[in-house]
Amino acid sequence: MKTITARRICQVFFLLLFLWFCAVSVLGARWWQLRGWPVNWFLQLDPLIGLSTLLTTGKIYAGLAWGLLTLTLTVVFGRVFCGWICPFGSLHQFIGYLARRKNSVARNLEANRFRPAQNVKYYVLIFLLTIAAVEFVVRIFTLPRTSPLTSGVVAIVLFLVLAVRRAGLTSPKKWAAGILGAGLAWVMLGFIFRGSSPYSASLQVGLLDPIALLHRSINLIALPLLDKTALKLSVAERHYDGSWLVGAIFVSALLLNLFVPRFYCRFICPLGAFLGLLSRNSLWRIGKRSTDCADCQLCRKHCEGACSPTAEIRLAECVMCINCIDDCRHGVMTYQHNPSAAGEIAAPDMTRRGLVTTLIGGALTAPVLGVSDFTGVNWNPALVRPPGSLAEDEFLSRCIKCGQCMRICPTNVLHPAGFEGGLEGLWTPKLNFRIGTSGCQHTCIACGNLCPTAAIRPITLDERMGRNQHAVAGPLKIGTAFIDRGRCLPWAMGRPCIVCQENCPVSPKAITTREVYEPVGPNRSLAVKFAGPAFIEFETDVLEPDRFATGDYYCRVGSDSGPVMRKIIRNSARFIEIDASQAFETTPAGGSRVDILIRLQQPYVNPQHCIGCGICEHECPVRGLRAIRVSAENESRSKAHRLLVTTILDAESGPA
Amino acid sequence: MNPEADKGQIKRRQFLTRLAKAAGIILAGGGVTVVFHDRKGPMREAPDLTDIRLPDFSVAHQGPKMAVSRGAERKATLGLALKAIGGIEAFIKPGDRVLLKVNAAFASPPLLSATTHPDLVSELSRLCLGAGAQSVWVTDNPINDPQSCFTLTGIAEAARTAGATVVVPQAQHFKSYSLPNGRLIKNWPLLYAPLKKIDKIIGAAPVKDHHRSGASLTMKNWYGLLGGRRNIFHQDIHNIIKELAMMVQPTLVVLDGTSAMMKNGPTGGALSDLKPTETMIVGTDQVAVDAFGATLIGRTPGELTYISKAAAEGVGTADWRSLNPVMTEAG
Repeated sequence: MKTITARRICQVFFLLLFLWFCAVSVLGARWWQLRGWPVNWFLQLDPLIGLSTLLTTGKIYAGLAWGLLTLTLTVVFGRVFCGWICPFGSLHQFIGYLARRKNSVARNLEANRFRPAQNVKYYVLIFLLTIAAVEFVVRIFTLPRTSPLTSGVVAIVLFLVLAVRRAGLTSPKKWAAGILGAGLAWVMLGFIFRGSSPYSASLQVGLLDPIALLHRSINLIALPLLDKTALKLSVAERHYDGSWLVGAIFVSALLLNLFVPRFYCRFICPLGAFLGLLSRNSLWRIGKRSTDCADCQLCRKHCEGACSPTAEIRLAECVMCINCIDDCRHGVMTYQHNPSAAGEIAAPDMTRRGLVTTLIGGALTAPVLGVSDFTGVNWNPALVRPPGSLAEDEFLSRCIKCGQCMRICPTNVLHPAGFEGGLEGLWTPKLNFRIGTSGCQHTCIACGNLCPTAAIRPITLDERMGRNQHAVAGPLKIGTAFIDRGRCLPWAMGRPCIVCQENCPVSPKAITTREVYEPVGPNRSLAVKFAGPAFIEFETDVLEPDRFATGDYYCRVGSDSGPVMRKIIRNSARFIEIDASQAFETTPAGGSRVDILIRLQQPYVNPQHCIGCGICEHECPVRGLRAIRVSAENESRSKAHRLLVTTILDAESGPA
Repeated sequence: MNPEADKGQIKRRQFLTRLAKAAGIILAGGGVTVVFHDRKGPMREAPDLTDIRLPDFSVAHQGPKMAVSRGAERKATLGLALKAIGGIEAFIKPGDRVLLKVNAAFASPPLLSATTHPDLVSELSRLCLGAGAQSVWVTDNPINDPQSCFTLTGIAEAARTAGATVVVPQAQHFKSYSLPNGRLIKNWPLLYAPLKKIDKIIGAAPVKDHHRSGASLTMKNWYGLLGGRRNIFHQDIHNIIKELAMMVQPTLVVLDGTSAMMKNGPTGGALSDLKPTETMIVGTDQVAVDAFGATLIGRTPGELTYISKAAAEGVGTADWRSLNPVMTEAG
């Protein structure tokens, strides 16, 4: 079998596998549903995600260790991940192939020539890693203060390394002065930054990382479109607030292949850049076996990486598509240990100016973003996060915006945020209770158990519901419901309702009601003309026929023994008939005053029991701006957003 | 030949062809304008008029109209009550397509009695199929996420093992329906697709307190056939329950009072809300069954306004004693 056949089979296999993982991300135990399928495997294989989260959190979470496999493969074989595995790359390659298969050789050569703009992706990578490394770097600055022993050891090691490399090259005095100056500067930095980083790191690698981007695009655009057809995977239609931008970027990225093949891979992809940097010392590399080359340029005809295989090959750009070896008719192109006989450029062509600009830009970006303090005093209460989410700054340090949580959520309540949580919150998950089938089910723990980076913790059902060992902490809260008394039907409009109270799923219920009787119509009592034990007739046609017979209306006759509410069961224009079991003991005399009232149950939220699940908001009949709305006050993940002071034992229930 | 004369010919021919094409385009444009012309503009949206009628699913039945069976085990009490009322064969004939309208409104586990118990679903399915029914469907339009509801209530699994099919409502299953003599159910989306294809309907509901209507028994169970923004009817709850009872004339209703939700209905949520009233009621008169069922949660039929309203419409009788219900004990 030819190698490129094997490569094509691999690409098709991994693309289909990726699509399969996306398709089975539906809760259930059948083989076409989630079961135990490792649906995050591609995200875990991605070493850029592992490295970025290591920089922002100081840890490599669980399955992200798979990135080591990709790292090893790249260091040994080159960018085989890009050419053989990456599903996004395969899509680009396929579209580029479709667009170009009828083109002449000359046009293909032009399309696959190296463009200096291909260096942009390295700047993108450096920028993303810099903003992720802010806290880590500051921690190094402050090492002399926080850990003098460690910094002393590091200093000695550096000193020895420098001594070995620079011995005899510069004057010893200047050299000693330089070392001393650097050491002093380091110590001073420790005093300026005082031991802990005042600036938060920012994890934005998910915006452009190809695997995260592809998951997000498929979860938020492709699958919802499929769900509207007979081929649907989700039982109900799925909608995602704010996903248009995701779709626009996805479609644009694919369509750009019509201009330049593998556009995204060559110019934008930070993972490709990272693997490119790693492959500079790969054990095997593409190259010419000898200078005996006719310079026919055929190797460049289908070169996917635009790495100039016939000239000095740019190793960092080579995606190991092997098309050059297949196209070379003279057996010159090969895969070997030695560098190419025509020479090779191992590292990308970054200028020092470009590098420094990117580093400074990155170093400033995270602190500048932090001035708005979206994770602190300027927090947005409309941003309700999934249950099990970490506190906001830690959450943003882990969320790669892959949309897996949004896909697995059975009630379609998780949505990609816009900029309501700051720029850094773009496409992170938030709850929109108006969309979906029923708020956030209080017996569901799917999102956290799927999140590949533990931005949402993998909680247990006991922790979610506050049972057994979590009984003292109580159930997990994501917010609190607030009743808008200006919009609620029984509060503002004199109409009975309480749909919210009925749907409240917790026990004891977080919504209670109080019974009130409100007078109906103009605030004047009606004069009795004639009354019997169970009816009253009025002077004139004062009433709307049948209006008061719904079972919610009562009449009250003021009397010395105190007013009693009697249910109206029938009425015409001037009669009301009362429930026989509540007949008058003393029939009202002609001329006495009667009030008609409506019985209302007015809802109240008990913040001690409310978990913020939002089923009430989802069901509220006031469909536009709901009369009961959940916001993030009292969410468990943030002490600063706590609403209640009490931990006093309630008579009915346990501790708060 | 005279070249100049030929040129003239050709030019004229070209002109005529062009004239023909131009005429064709003008005629086509004119034709489109004539066909699609709209002088008046869009009208206000006309109501989605419908002439869908629901058939009367009730069976002319000689035996007792109501049976009450006491006992802790659903299979036993259901069996006894059905036998007392004449046996399932009196209602389900061979070849019938049966619909079990259950309460799967909430994604609540069976232990909390907020939904129809899976044992009831599997036993009713089994009995219907045993009586020769061609198919048994189980459906409801839940409030919570439908997939979660049918799964967590155990109803999906119970139906599957008994050989029944769960019909999860889809958008295309709903049709606009108006209840004759109804005021509220007018041009309202109804879960019509399963109703269209069945011969018999059995309503199976648990006994529950209900904070708005007082109780949720067999008449309120038909609420799950409505679609759209149906919770707007909470503003006139007693009349909507009355109209639901007018809308559906069931073959049978089964009211499961084995574990009644005494308070905090309709969702409940704690075992302390429940009481083991250990009663199963089967009947053809949903008003009478509800009137009896109300007593299990300590309410009188008079307290529940919708019962007298339904009785006044002739749906059934609130005086359940007059039906001489057969009382049995499962032991």
